[in-house]
This record gives sequence, structure tokens and C-alpha cells, in this order.
Amino acid sequence: MAAGSTYTPIATTTLGSAAASYTFSSIPSTYTDLVLIYSGSGSVSTDIGVQFNGDTGTNYSRTLLYGDGTSAASGRQSSVSAINMAYQTTGIQNAKINVMNYANTTTYKTAISTEAIPSFAFGAVVGLWRSTAAITSLTFAASSGTMSIGTTLSLYGIAAA
Amino acid sequence: MANTYELIASVTANGSQTSIDFSSIPQTYTDLLVKVSIRVTAGGANYTGYLTLNGATTSYTGRDVMGNGSAASSNLRNYSQIYIGEVNGAASTSSTFTNKEIYIPNYAGSNYKSVSTDSVFENNATTAYAQLEAALWSNTAAITSLSINAEAQTLVSGSTVYLYGIKNS
Repeated sequence: MAAGSTYTPIATTTLGSAAASYTFSSIPSTYTDLVLIYSGSGSVSTDIGVQFNGDTGTNYSRTLLYGDGTSAASGRQSSVSAINMAYQTTGIQNAKINVMNYANTTTYKTAISTEAIPSFAFGAVVGLWRSTAAITSLTFAASSGTMSIGTTLSLYGIAAA
Repeated sequence: MANTYELIASVTANGSQTSIDFSSIPQTYTDLLVKVSIRVTAGGANYTGYLTLNGATTSYTGRDVMGNGSAASSNLRNYSQIYIGEVNGAASTSSTFTNKEIYIPNYAGSNYKSVSTDSVFENNATTAYAQLEAALWSNTAAITSLSINAEAQTLVSGSTVYLYGIKNS
């Protein structure tokens, strides 16, 4: 089917040892959008941040909508050093992160994610990286502790045509 | 280029089914993606949609965040099936089918299975919902079958469910 040629695995990893972060580098610029699928657990409950091109400056912001099973809430972070686009607990959770128009050199880059954390909450995040650079690398990092053995991270490229 | 996002199977309801079922799901993919477009014939406005895995009726937990057009809220969804959001019934706007996208990573692995669902129940009336659901099946078995239903009500002819497999290599 046509979708097969537009949903292409770029790289994947299954962590063989606990790691605080993982970086996808040398991302080709030949797709329209990126999709990152996270499935796993961690040593502690904490946010997982995304940084692009190794930029550790305070060039990121995000808006979060979430519900914990009791109440719904929304929060903001601006001028921070990563977009917290996923969350880990010691249980199993997943997140799907979409990065749109990642290879263009004209616009700042936006991303959206849905994070399903069954033991804690469901969250939806929109994020911004204030850079016009094409994204060539993506770092996925726990804010504290580590991602556990067996955690999988898969990066796909979506082509518009 | 190899297909990495493949249609495994699809079902279009014929007007008599009360669920849509997929069995013998191949274990050759990394993740499963289920795209749902359904409506039921029963007379209420909305009915609860459910997903079951491997026919199990225990070990599911869940929670959501949702908006109804005037407020956001969150609920625990600890049922005997996985809650996947509301489904249109006959009293909702005609020809309107709920849409849902269900993502199941590492469905063939030996960890517990986490499930993410995006759902819309639109209705040109006061009751409508946008819902996001996180669920866990606390079972290490590989997923070999799944079933979609809405309180076991009859699905309107033309309701569809598509099951895709996604490979990460």
C-alpha cells in the first residue's frame, strides 16, 4: 500500500542497559515529518525531554493538557532547555511524538505528542523549538534517573508524497 | 522500499454484528494501529466503546482526559474491557460516526501492554466529546486477537475498523 513508502523506519533502539538519554543523529532531510514512538519504563517517575541538534539553550517551550483520572489541568513552560514531551514511571507507558516540517530552514519547529501513562495520566503536549535550523539530530532524555532496559525508541520518516 | 505500515485486516460491518473482531494477528510487526469509524443502531445518543485483548476480561486499568465543549475533566476507566471513548447512537446527529485511533506498542513482547487512544464523538447538539485515553493490560501475553464493541450494541452497516501493523525495521 502507498503508506508503506511514506512511513519509513529511520532508526530504532531497544536499550540493552539503562540510559539517561538516547540520541538519533544524522537524521536524513528527505521526509516531511518525523514520528518518534516511545515504549518503556524508567527508574523513577520523571519528565522526558526532547532536544534538537544538541541545542541545550533555553530555546524551547511547551503547553500541556493532562488528566490523572481525577481532574484535568493544563500547564506551560517557556524558555526552557528541552520540550518535555513524554513521561516515564516505573511502569509501562508510551508516547507518540510528531515533529512537523522538520527539515525546513525557514520556520521555527513545532511538535505534538500524546503520552499514555496508564499508572499516572494521559497527556497531550505541543512544543516549540525557536530555531530555523533543519533538524538533524534528536535527543530523548530523562530529566532524572534512567530509562530502563528494554525501552524502545523508534524514529520514522513521513513523506508527503 | 519495504512496507513498514501495512494493513493487516479490515472489517466493514454488515448491520448485524455487535463487535468487530480480529484474530490470528501476526507477530511480525513492532506496533499495532487500529483505526475505528463506528456507530450503533441503539436509540441513545452515545454508548461506551470498548477494546478487549485476547478475549481477556480482567487486568485492565485506564484513565483519560476529555473535553465536552464547555469543560475539561479526567476519569479513571478501570473496567473489564479497555475504554476507548464514546460511540454515536441513533439519537446523535445522523450519519455521524465516532472516529478513534488506537496505538499499541510492542504488542508481541512480554511486557505489560500500554494502549493509547484518541477519540472523537461529534454530534451537532450539546453533547460531544474529544477524549484521550491511556490504558494498561497487566498481562505479559503477546496480543493475538482484539475486539471492538460498544456495549454490545449492533453496529451500523458501513462501520469500519482497520488494523495496521507497523515495523520499526
